[in-house]
Amino acid sequence: MADVKKFLYVNRKAPYGTIYAWESLEVVLIGAAFDQDVALAFIDDGVYQLVKGQDTKEIGMKNFSPTYSALGDYDINKIYVEKESLEARGLTIDDLQHLVWEDEDDDWAEKDSIKIVTASEMAEIMDQSEVVLSF
Amino acid sequence: MSMLHIVNKSALDRNSLEACVNHTIKGATILMIEDAVYSAMKNTASSSMVEGAMKDVSVAVLGPDLKARGISEEKLIDGVTVVDYAGFVELTTKNDTVQSWL
Amino acid sequence: MATIEVNGKQLEVDEEGYLADLNDWVPEVAEVMSKAEDAELTDAHWEVINFLREYYEEYQIAPAVRVLTKAIGKKLGKDKGNSKYLYELFPYGPGKQACKYAGLPKPTGCV
Repeated sequence: MADVKKFLYVNRKAPYGTIYAWESLEVVLIGAAFDQDVALAFIDDGVYQLVKGQDTKEIGMKNFSPTYSALGDYDINKIYVEKESLEARGLTIDDLQHLVWEDEDDDWAEKDSIKIVTASEMAEIMDQSEVVLSF
Repeated sequence: MSMLHIVNKSALDRNSLEACVNHTIKGATILMIEDAVYSAMKNTASSSMVEGAMKDVSVAVLGPDLKARGISEEKLIDGVTVVDYAGFVELTTKNDTVQSWL
Repeated sequence: MATIEVNGKQLEVDEEGYLADLNDWVPEVAEVMSKAEDAELTDAHWEVINFLREYYEEYQIAPAVRVLTKAIGKKLGKDKGNSKYLYELFPYGPGKQACKYAGLPKPTGCV
């Protein structure tokens, strides 16, 4: 692979109220075809995207929360969620979906994709990324 | 005169709820819809503002928007009422005026 | 909007022939679409079409071809989890053609 770059998709918006969350997910899935080194960051209201138990039947919108479970199939397994953002919203990791990926080099063992990081760790992750896309 | 205030933005993303709270008087109702439903949750950075406002005003939240976002009712601040679409309509008819905080 | 006739009903399709509403889908949709493209659906085709519908049901997206290939290999066996097998079944592209027959939108990122 010639030119693999470190991509970081930064998600800061809640789902459904605006189109950003779904747009980001679509771009991530499209971008996965280019075999880059992809990571996702969820900060501020973006952490709401990963809350489990979403049910949009009564608001007549597509529930795209199951799509996050497909990210592992797309070799996207670095999902960073900011600790401070969760805390400010009264949420813990137990309120989020359990996202996993299968490690081909480890007999397809299921491993956690979500990693909780502090704001300063997130700043490092951003700093080390070569391409940052914000939604 | 009674007023229904409708807020649809997350309090941690925009200041519309704060602006609304600063302009409500006793007896008013704040209805949280769309991304504002997160503001009805307890233990958040904006909970104390809402709890303070609830001394004078009542707070309602739209159930379908809560469900869509995976927020269960036990996560809500005590005293917040959950309404369905019919309850939304009832609030708009029961109050003399409606103000939307965009 | 264009329509196709299935079981005496007119179903809306987009400009590329994909169903406008995936809830309109019945197995006869695949039969009608494949006939229009002079393709005959065998059990092997149906295995892939049903797989795609299940995938969509679970994840709410049509998988990219690479993901489809890997997932088919895991579910239906290695001999089927390769692009040669899938392209022989669906020469217009397993993503595009099979998704169309399955009533799904065109796979995200598929041009």
